[in-house]
Amino acid sequence: MHIVVCIKQVPDSAQIRVHPVTNTIMRQGVPAIINPYDLFALEEALRLKDKHGGTVTVITMGPPQAEGALRKALSYGADDAILITDRAFAGADTLATSFALASAIRQIQKNMPVDMVFTGKQTIDGDTAQVGPGVAKRLDFQLLTYVSKVSSVLPEQGQIVVERRAEGGVQLLKSKLPCLITILEGNNEMRFATMPNMFRAARHPVKMWNRESAGISDDDLVKIGLKGSPTVVSKVFAPTPHTDPAEMIEVESGNPKDIADTVLAKMFTRFPAVAKEIAKRA
Amino acid sequence: MSEAPAKKGKKKFELDPRLASYKGVWVFVEHERGQVHPVSWELMGEGRKLADMLGVELAGVVMGAPGDETRQFCDEAFRHGADLCYLMQDDILKDYRNEPFTKGLTDMVNAYEPEILLLGATTQGRDLAGSVATTLKTGLTADCTGLTIDPDNRSLAATRPTFGGSLLCTIVTLNYRPQMATVRPRVMAMPERDGSRTGRIVEHALGMIEQSIITKVLEFIPDANQDKPQLAFADIIVAGGKGMKRPENFQLIWDLAKVLGAEVGASRPVVQAGWVDLERQVGQSGKTVRPKLYIAAGISGAIQHRVGMSDSDCIIAINNDPNAPIFDFATYGIVGNAMTILPALTESFRQALATARKAG
Ligand SMILES: Cc1cc2nc3c(=O)[nH]c(=O)nc-3n(C[C@H](O)[C@H](O)[C@H](O)COP(=O)(O)OP(=O)(O)OC[C@H]3O[C@@H](n4cnc5c(N)ncnc54)[C@H](O)[C@@H]3O)c2cc1C
Ligand SMILES: Cc1cc2nc3c(=O)[nH]c(=O)nc-3n(C[C@H](O)[C@H](O)[C@H](O)COP(=O)(O)OP(=O)(O)OC[C@H]3O[C@@H](n4cnc5c(N)ncnc54)[C@H](O)[C@@H]3O)c2cc1C
Repeated sequence: MHIVVCIKQVPDSAQIRVHPVTNTIMRQGVPAIINPYDLFALEEALRLKDKHGGTVTVITMGPPQAEGALRKALSYGADDAILITDRAFAGADTLATSFALASAIRQIQKNMPVDMVFTGKQTIDGDTAQVGPGVAKRLDFQLLTYVSKVSSVLPEQGQIVVERRAEGGVQLLKSKLPCLITILEGNNEMRFATMPNMFRAARHPVKMWNRESAGISDDDLVKIGLKGSPTVVSKVFAPTPHTDPAEMIEVESGNPKDIADTVLAKMFTRFPAVAKEIAKRA
Repeated sequence: MSEAPAKKGKKKFELDPRLASYKGVWVFVEHERGQVHPVSWELMGEGRKLADMLGVELAGVVMGAPGDETRQFCDEAFRHGADLCYLMQDDILKDYRNEPFTKGLTDMVNAYEPEILLLGATTQGRDLAGSVATTLKTGLTADCTGLTIDPDNRSLAATRPTFGGSLLCTIVTLNYRPQMATVRPRVMAMPERDGSRTGRIVEHALGMIEQSIITKVLEFIPDANQDKPQLAFADIIVAGGKGMKRPENFQLIWDLAKVLGAEVGASRPVVQAGWVDLERQVGQSGKTVRPKLYIAAGISGAIQHRVGMSDSDCIIAINNDPNAPIFDFATYGIVGNAMTILPALTESFRQALATARKAG
C-alpha cells in the first residue's frame, strides 16, 4: 500500500507577533514547524503501514527551507520525501496549491501507484481546509474529509471504511481506493522518532522537484502561483482596538455583594432582553 | 496569494464580459437529519444585505431527498429573506455525500450563474465548498467574519482573521465567478423571520444514478448530546480564564452557571490545562459565541479570545488588573478578585431569580 502524506511547514503561530505600527507579521526568529494537524495524518499513515506494510511518501510544496519539515517526517518513519519547490509556485492560493500538489502526485504515481493521499484537517496559518478537497477533485479520487477513524482497509479489494465527523453525528462511510482522506485531530498521537530513523533521516536524500519535475508544462503556468490564484488579498489590517470601553462598576463600600447588586441593577435597566432571559429561568 | 496593486493610480476594474451574465446571491441551505443548520439562516440574513447592495435577487439552494421536508426548507428560506429557491430533489441526496452534492451544486451554478455563493464553514460546508470551487476553478475565501460589496468594482470583499486573529485581511475574487465564501456559525446575526414572506421555486434534476456513486453511507451515528455543551447557541455563558488560578476555583464558574442555567466557557489556557474540555473553548481556535450575556472572570481579553465572543449583547468582565484589555470592550467592568466577586454575583442572581419567581 502506498500512502502519500501532504504536509506544510508553518510558522509557530504561538510565537508570531504583529508589528504594532506597520501591522506586518514579524516572522524573524519565529521557528518553523510541521503544521500540527498534519502530524495526525502522518501518524495515521504510519499506523496503516505498520499494519498492512507498504510505503509512506511525504510531500510538501514550499520554499527550500521546508526541507526541514520533510526531514522531521522521515525521522518519524516516513520512507521517502519530496520537496516541490520553484519560484513559479510563489503566491499560490488554495486553487493553485491543489493544482501543483495534484500534478506532483500524478508524477509520483508513474513510479508507484498511490492508494491513498492523507492531509491534515487544515493549517494553522492559511487555515482554509480547502487544499485536501481541491487535490481530491483534481485527481478524481474519492474525498473523505474530517475522518476520525480509518476503521478498515482491504488493500486487495481496494475497499475502505472510515468514520467521518458530520454535523450532529458520525457517518460510517464505505468507499474505494484510491481516495484522499483529511484526518481529524486528536485521535492519535505522533510517535517518537527512533534513533535509527533519526540517522536515516539525516542521510536520506530529500528529492527536490521543480515545476517541470512536478509535471507542470509551460501551458499550465497560468494554473500555478500567483497567476493561477483567483483570490487576491486587497487589504491587511489590525482589528479595531478600543471600540467602547467598559463602564466600571465601583461602589463606595467596596463590598463584593454591593458591587454585584449594582451591576445587576444597571444591566437589567439597560438590557431588558437579558432581564427577560433570566426571568425565563425563574 | 498576492497583495492587490497599491491604492494610488488605481485603474478602473473591468469584469471579463464573459462573466457579466453571472447575477444574484446564493446561500447553500445545509441540513442534516431533518434540521437546517442555523448558519444557513445567518447567511441568508447576510446574503439579503449583499443582494440589496447589488440590486439582485437572493436565492436559497436546497438539496435533499424528495418530500415535504425540502419544500419546508424552501419556505423557511423565503421567511429568512430569500426571493427564490433552487430545489434539487433525489433519493441519492438523502445523506450528505461529497460526490453527488458537488455535481448537483456545480451543475446548478453552471446553469443559473450566480455571482456570489455562500456556505457555512461547517464540516459539510467546507467539504462541499472546497470541491465545488475546485471543479468550477474559482476562488473561495474561507471562514470569513465580514462580507460586503466593494463599491469600486461590485465584487465581494470578504474579511477573515489571519494568524490566530491578530490581523484581519480582506480578500477579493476579481475575475472569476461565482465568488465563493464560507462563514463560521454564529459570526453573523440571525435575521428576523418574517412568516408572511414567500418566493418561487426552481427545480433542477440531479441526473445521477446510485450505481455510479462510489462512496456509500453505511450508518449515521448521532451524537449523544445529553452532556455535549451547546456553547454556540447558549443565551448566557459564564466563562473563566487562567486568572481563576486553580482548577478548584473553577467550581465558582460552574456554580454561577448553574444558578443562571448558563453554559460554561473558557479561554484556551484553561482548556490546555485540562480544567474543562475543548468543546468549551471560546475564541479563534474554539467556538464563536453570541449570547445575550457573557460573564468573563479572570480572562485577559486577548484578541484570540475576543474574536470569539465580542458580539455578545452584554459582557460583564471581572479582572483584578484595571488595565486588562477585556475592559476595552466589555459592557461592565469590575476590578477585583474573581474568587470573591463570583460568589457575590451568584448570590445576587439567586436573589433576583427568587424575586422574579415571586412576581410570577
Ligand atoms: C492569512 C492567509 C489567508 C489566506 N486565505 C485564503 C483564502 O481565503 N482562500 C484561498 O484560496 N487561499 C488563502 N490563502 C492561501 C493559502 O493559505 C495557501 O494557498 C496555502 O498554500 C494552502 O492553504 P492553507 O494553508 O489554507 O491549507 P489548508 O487547506 O488549510 O490545508 C489542508 C491540508 O492540506 C495540506 N497542505 C496545505 N498546503 C500544503 C502545501 N503547501 N504542501 C503540502 N501540503 C499542503 C496539509 O496536509 C494541510 O493540513 C491564505 C493565506 C494566508 C497566509
Ligand atoms: C493561534 C492562536 C489561537 C488561539 N486561540 C485562542 C482561543 O480560541 N481562545 C482563547 O481564549 N485563547 C486563544 N489563544 C490564546 C490567547 O492568545 C491568550 O493567551 C489567552 O486567551 C489568554 O487566556 P486568559 O485570559 O485566560 O489567560 P491570561 O492571559 O493568563 O490572563 C489571565 C487574566 O486573569 C487576571 N487575573 C489574575 N488573577 C485574577 C483574580 N484573582 N481575579 C480576577 N482576575 C485575575 C489577570 O489580570 C489576567 O488578565 C490563541 C493563541 C494563538 C496564538
